[in-house]
Amino acid sequence: MKITEKEVRYVANLANLELSEEEIARMAHDMDEILTHMDKLNELDTSGVEPMAQVLYEAEETATLRADEERPGLGSEKAVANAANSGAGFFKVPLVIER
Amino acid sequence: MDIAKLTIGEIRSGLKAKRFSAKELAGQALQFAEAENPKTNAYLRLCPERAMQAAEKVDAAIAEGKGAGLLAGVPVAVKDVILTEGLVSTCGSKLLERYVPPYNATAVERLEAAGGLVLGKTNCDEFAMGSSNENSAYGPVRNPVDLERVPGGSSGGPAAVVAQGTAVVSLGSDTGGSIRQPASFCGVVGVTPTYGRVSRYGLVAFASSLDHIGPFGRNVEDAALLLQVTAGRDPMDSTSAFAPVPDYLAEMEKPVKGMKIGLPKEYFAGLARETGDLVMAAVDQLKKLGCEVVEVSLPHTDYAISCYYIICTAEASSNLARYDGVRYTTRSEKGETLIDMYRATRGEGFGAECKRRIMLGTYVLSAGYYDAYYLKAQRVRNLIARDFSQAFEKVDALITPVSPFPAFKLGEKMADPMEMYLSDIYTITGDLAGIPCMSVPCGVTGTGLPVGMQILANHFAEPTMFRLARAYERAVQ
Repeated sequence: MKITEKEVRYVANLANLELSEEEIARMAHDMDEILTHMDKLNELDTSGVEPMAQVLYEAEETATLRADEERPGLGSEKAVANAANSGAGFFKVPLVIER
Repeated sequence: MDIAKLTIGEIRSGLKAKRFSAKELAGQALQFAEAENPKTNAYLRLCPERAMQAAEKVDAAIAEGKGAGLLAGVPVAVKDVILTEGLVSTCGSKLLERYVPPYNATAVERLEAAGGLVLGKTNCDEFAMGSSNENSAYGPVRNPVDLERVPGGSSGGPAAVVAQGTAVVSLGSDTGGSIRQPASFCGVVGVTPTYGRVSRYGLVAFASSLDHIGPFGRNVEDAALLLQVTAGRDPMDSTSAFAPVPDYLAEMEKPVKGMKIGLPKEYFAGLARETGDLVMAAVDQLKKLGCEVVEVSLPHTDYAISCYYIICTAEASSNLARYDGVRYTTRSEKGETLIDMYRATRGEGFGAECKRRIMLGTYVLSAGYYDAYYLKAQRVRNLIARDFSQAFEKVDALITPVSPFPAFKLGEKMADPMEMYLSDIYTITGDLAGIPCMSVPCGVTGTGLPVGMQILANHFAEPTMFRLARAYERAVQ
């Protein structure tokens, strides 16, 4: 076993993802199968190989930087237009800090 | 005019000769899409008002004798992970059921500026995660070629509308084969351009180091034209490339005689016999046109699936963190505190495949596993990319099958995620390397299912890829 149900619960907690009991059992099974497949990478000796985080081309280092000029933003009305709950131009959320 | 088979060239000449107006065309196209869509569920919603307004603009430009743009009057469908201002964009997810984007994706902005008519938004796997379009919260898409089969995924909708004739071209997205695999399953042309060739501004992020926007068309020219219009540097996407965009239409007509094609041997083992035969017949055609064909090796191919599913799930787990019930429309009724509300919203909102990827991604990035999985996968990614650059020192392009098998039946692979992942075995390597690749229809099996051949070229060598695709298409027409 690469992963237990206890570990699944731990990872779900890290991901802020609520899972039902059935989902946890299924997830442990699926993740186990996939992680076992992923072990294949250990066949390869990658010492001395640079990690490739991004597809990069030959461009000047600052080529992707733009001039720091003022531009209008989206505006709070548009920014909160899709919010589940908003008011006075802000996002409203449940209790964060207890008094 | 046969609305289901219309090409961009025919629209251009029809408008010029005044056989129809853009408005008449838009009206017919919308009517046809509305009538045909229930068979496939490929469109999630049509936007008649937007299409008619765009058509009026095209007609006015023509009446004034102004240039009407490269896509004047062309009905286009847009995958629902690509944002359209003022028009609901769900990404195939229940979480974004009511999400109305406040801006257009740059690709949409550009295609509309070129006179294209957005007819509607298409279905897709939830947040573009899937290989069969069965992971949509709005029901699966059926393959127009055989309604019992999947159209492929995740861009099942964009492929299906073009095959069905309910759009002339469409925009899809590709992270691990999501354009080419559905193109091959539905028998249309699908192009994944070089990473950074088309701006991703307004493409809802799945795996940022792998995400591409690319076109579908019923022929090579139409797909290339949509790429022509959407490609090029965009200040809103810092990963978009500065390289000038060549004239693809002129480039693709150049002869292919003397071009050198590599067949990577790792891509021809373990595929359906008919698929292999059809791809090899296409290679023979190119040989007849004067191409030289040699066998090459991409030795790290076998590691691509593992490499890809580590990197893409890691990136997806961070990108999907934003769907927390605060900013994007849907919030769970449960949860007294903020954290509980996050958890409940995400648990209720995401489908099974998204949850699986969030979990895998969180796991491979978590303390103690980061080096063993994520960093290891990034090193292997470099080896896979190197395989390609070494091959392109010897050959101009590579040809492979797109998928080991043609379209499978609905439900056939849903029980086993690993089996579903393996259907992308030949397409994910191109995304990992960031090179341009495309699917070109190369015939049908004995039971009438389309098969695609994949052409891959070096970074920014879209012209090479299109030349081969166009020469093949012309030879078999």
